[in-house]
Amino acid sequence: MAAAETHSHQSGGIGKDVAVYVCLLVLAGIQFVIAYQDISASQMFVRMLSVAIIEGGLALLFFMHLSENRGLMWFVVIFTVAVLLGMQYGWTDSYRLIDGVPWSH
Amino acid sequence: MSQADFSIHGQVSRTSATEIMTEPAFSVPAKKMAMWLFIIADTATFAGCLVAYGFIRNATPDWPRPFHSIINVALMTFILLTSSLTMLIAVRSAQKDDKAGAFRWMMITAVLGILFAVLHIREWLGMIGEGATLFHNPWGTPLFSSAFFSITGLHLLHVTGGVVALIAVGIRYQGGRYNADDLEVTGLYWHFVDLVWMFVVPLIYLMNLSH
Repeated sequence: MAAAETHSHQSGGIGKDVAVYVCLLVLAGIQFVIAYQDISASQMFVRMLSVAIIEGGLALLFFMHLSENRGLMWFVVIFTVAVLLGMQYGWTDSYRLIDGVPWSH
Repeated sequence: MSQADFSIHGQVSRTSATEIMTEPAFSVPAKKMAMWLFIIADTATFAGCLVAYGFIRNATPDWPRPFHSIINVALMTFILLTSSLTMLIAVRSAQKDDKAGAFRWMMITAVLGILFAVLHIREWLGMIGEGATLFHNPWGTPLFSSAFFSITGLHLLHVTGGVVALIAVGIRYQGGRYNADDLEVTGLYWHFVDLVWMFVVPLIYLMNLSH
């Protein structure tokens, strides 16, 4: 108990933090470049979401220090992903709305 | 001798039983674990909003693309990402018992948060000036402005709450009532606000950029 309540010094130094920060800036920049690409909305969505997931992963692992606690990392990831997947059941209905009913055209 | 050995030989003392009962989950202090549970719950809130937005955007023909410039949102992104770095520096300073440095970086983080909020409100006022409200906008389906103001408003609320928390925790830390652990827990929340913005920007702004 005492060991847990005593604050732990985070691994790595400020150099690692700055490196992750620069990576996040570059990835954010890539998202802005993708926004100006001449591609379909679905392609743009997939590319932007992929970059955002990488950004989120870096922030979770290094800014929020999940990489230093494997057990907590799996708890957060599995729980969150399960919740997120549970929300995906309605997508087919959105396609039905836009493609399958007369007033959508 | 381990805790298991104690129980096998029927020698479970009150002290060891208490230790078993109070062993924190994942060896994380209770307040940090509480923040992680809040973050997971809040992730579900934002995910619900973004999935609902994706649903109506996908199901709505001629979805508006009213954004002409990325300068403001790029600047806001830069400020929020930088504030995450300054928050990290504040926590590291606190862990090295550099109280003045930790407080200074904490306040710099709060100022960056305020700057982000000001830019955000300026953008809102610009859109409202063009005739956009929660239930109406001049570009097409009213669902656009409903989704835009709801999701960015929810995020702005989190940033505002975060700024208040940063200032309050910073002052109490300087006064000796809080320690480095409290700064780290506040930092977790601030990084989460930053993390959410990484998804809000592409989905709400960049996907609705007029070419």
